[in-house]
Amino acid sequence: MTAVLYPALRRLLDDGAQLVEVLPVGEYTEMHLPGAVNIPLKTLDAATTAGLDRSRPVVLYCWDAL
Amino acid sequence: MRYEPRAACRLATLGFTQVYDYVPGKVDWLARNQPVEGTDADTPTIGRHLRHEVTTARPDELIAQVRARVARSAHRFSLVTTADGILLGRLRAAVLDDTDPTRAAGEVMEAGPSTLRPHEPTAAIKDRLVGKGLTYAIVADPDGRLLGTVHPGDL
Repeated sequence: MTAVLYPALRRLLDDGAQLVEVLPVGEYTEMHLPGAVNIPLKTLDAATTAGLDRSRPVVLYCWDAL
Repeated sequence: MRYEPRAACRLATLGFTQVYDYVPGKVDWLARNQPVEGTDADTPTIGRHLRHEVTTARPDELIAQVRARVARSAHRFSLVTTADGILLGRLRAAVLDDTDPTRAAGEVMEAGPSTLRPHEPTAAIKDRLVGKGLTYAIVADPDGRLLGTVHPGDL
């Protein structure tokens, strides 16, 4: 996994990266990055990631760096 | 504990080879005044009320030049920035009025003024500004890039 900051995130999004929020569904429902899908950490498996394209970058995020 | 490292390991075992971690996350995105989606997406924040017509100056500019631009503007202060918009300091009205006009802005500016982030809630910031008798506050992103100013009358 590669850690990225905002400028690199922008470049990845421009290149078609898939955004994944790993917070619980309630937090995702309240607010999330545009276009992000929600796959809470506890549910992350083959079934819940079936919709992701393995040929495209995946960017994971949660609330902050702490 | 952060969730992403564990999520990334699981993705790797599932065959994903291009996995990235946006370490500073949602807080960083919001602090850059970027749009969001969701049920709380329309929560009032100061980022929706920024004024962008701020008089800026370069640190090597003469006070005389800055003073002239401020005189033509709607405000009585100037913000000193780099060419790409990083906030360096502030020139208050008193400094502009009383300083030798041949001095450079960077020599007399108030370095590193306090800033707010655009995702801060409107009501709380208005209360803070009014309570402290402030007529404006400076808003910048996490990299120190000037985004604008916010004024209690606009909130």
